[in-house]
Amino acid sequence: MLSWLLGGGAFASIASFLYPVLRFLNPPLITEAAVNEVSGGKIQDLKPNSGKIVRFGSKPALLVRISDTEFKAFSAVCTHLNCTVQYRDTTQQIWCACHNGTYDLNGRVVSGPPPNPLEAYVVNLRGDEVIISRRA
Amino acid sequence: MAEKTLQWLDDRLGLRAIGELAEHKTVPVHSATRWYYFGGITLFLFGIQLITGTLLLFYYRPTVAEGFDSVRFIMTRVEFGWLIRSIHSWSANLLIFTAFVHMFSVVFTHAYRPPRELTWASGIVLLGLALGFGFSGYLLPWNQISYFATKVGTDVAGSTPVIGKAIARILRGGDDVGAPTLTRFFALHVMVLPLIAATLIGVHILLVQKHGMSTPPWISSSGVRQMKFFPNFFLREAMVWYGALAVLGALAAIYPWELGVKADPFASAPKGIRPEWYFLAQFYTLKLIPSRVWVFEGELLGIGGFGAVAAGWALIPVWGVDRAGQARTRLVTGVAIVLAAYLAVFTYLGYVK
Repeated sequence: MLSWLLGGGAFASIASFLYPVLRFLNPPLITEAAVNEVSGGKIQDLKPNSGKIVRFGSKPALLVRISDTEFKAFSAVCTHLNCTVQYRDTTQQIWCACHNGTYDLNGRVVSGPPPNPLEAYVVNLRGDEVIISRRA
Repeated sequence: MAEKTLQWLDDRLGLRAIGELAEHKTVPVHSATRWYYFGGITLFLFGIQLITGTLLLFYYRPTVAEGFDSVRFIMTRVEFGWLIRSIHSWSANLLIFTAFVHMFSVVFTHAYRPPRELTWASGIVLLGLALGFGFSGYLLPWNQISYFATKVGTDVAGSTPVIGKAIARILRGGDDVGAPTLTRFFALHVMVLPLIAATLIGVHILLVQKHGMSTPPWISSSGVRQMKFFPNFFLREAMVWYGALAVLGALAAIYPWELGVKADPFASAPKGIRPEWYFLAQFYTLKLIPSRVWVFEGELLGIGGFGAVAAGWALIPVWGVDRAGQARTRLVTGVAIVLAAYLAVFTYLGYVK
């Protein structure tokens, strides 16, 4: 009985020391203001058949200018292991250098390990500015 | 005078008892004796890491704003800074290499069999810690390649079923790799891991002292010739350490460790990105696995497979030993050859492709 009490007490003490440590290590949840629309810069800054990374809240987005008039944008976070993808003008595909995953210009997986398509954003032109927004 | 000082110290510290212990310690001499040196070399390189790591701490600043620039300052402005940092990086890589050689030599000479299961287990944990040192230290210069390697590495940890997300958040200090990740990796690299590693190394060495050096099962332990540890083996080991130091110095001087480009979280992963060589086999395997294999997600399957192989390997003293306590030598040797071949081939392919 005594050893149970001692053992239980010791266990409870250790648990009461460890619990705050574990909670301390777990970072607080920071709810950032949701970003639904960002500027992709001026139309003339992006040549046809090229792409660039723009900041979409705290995440990167990929803006691609396919032709003079056609733009597309996607989340630039590879659905495989979180790397940032890029546009390849030679193949006209979206490519992730980390594990060689490729996506087409609709965000669909063409080859490699990514399990899901890239999230597509809506691109609108406002004057000479490219506006990227999340789908409603 | 010296004798008097020694006597004074002996009265208080019992030094002669340690001397007697060293006097009686012996090392078996046989065809596989050379493999005994690799544990010692790994320990020596750990010592180098402690010294050079402490020196780097005098200049390094663990923040996103200053991390990269402080390492560049060390490399370009501080006298011999390039040498200290290069030795730290090269020694880290050599340490992992010698730890792997040590581990495989233990398996091929079947030294994991009773009563040395805990020596094996502590060694496996130490190898895991060495990889943890490598992974956490890789991020500290805050360059582009290490940034993406950490993104991938923490995402791999995050794929662990049930607890993965919590582990990834704790490692990153948030949802993404960023400033909190660097602070945490710094704390892990310079405080948490060294404390645990130093304690475990103590345990590992104590266990080696307690059980003595293992002789392979094909050599009769009763008839084998013995070499005195001190000074015979010790001096040989010292020469090997001296050689290791020469190799280290030459590598650091001829191939100073690169710094790369400062990390930019809003840039694409650069072409040719790959992790350190000791994660290349897993990296290349993940590249090959398609997104779906039957009903499983490819990534999960790969990571689950690595976990299963690592667990099976750590449990060699369980499945690699029969009821009489004898090693199942053919089975274990066969498995070890397959694993070593996989690691060698996939590391090579990960490097060239």
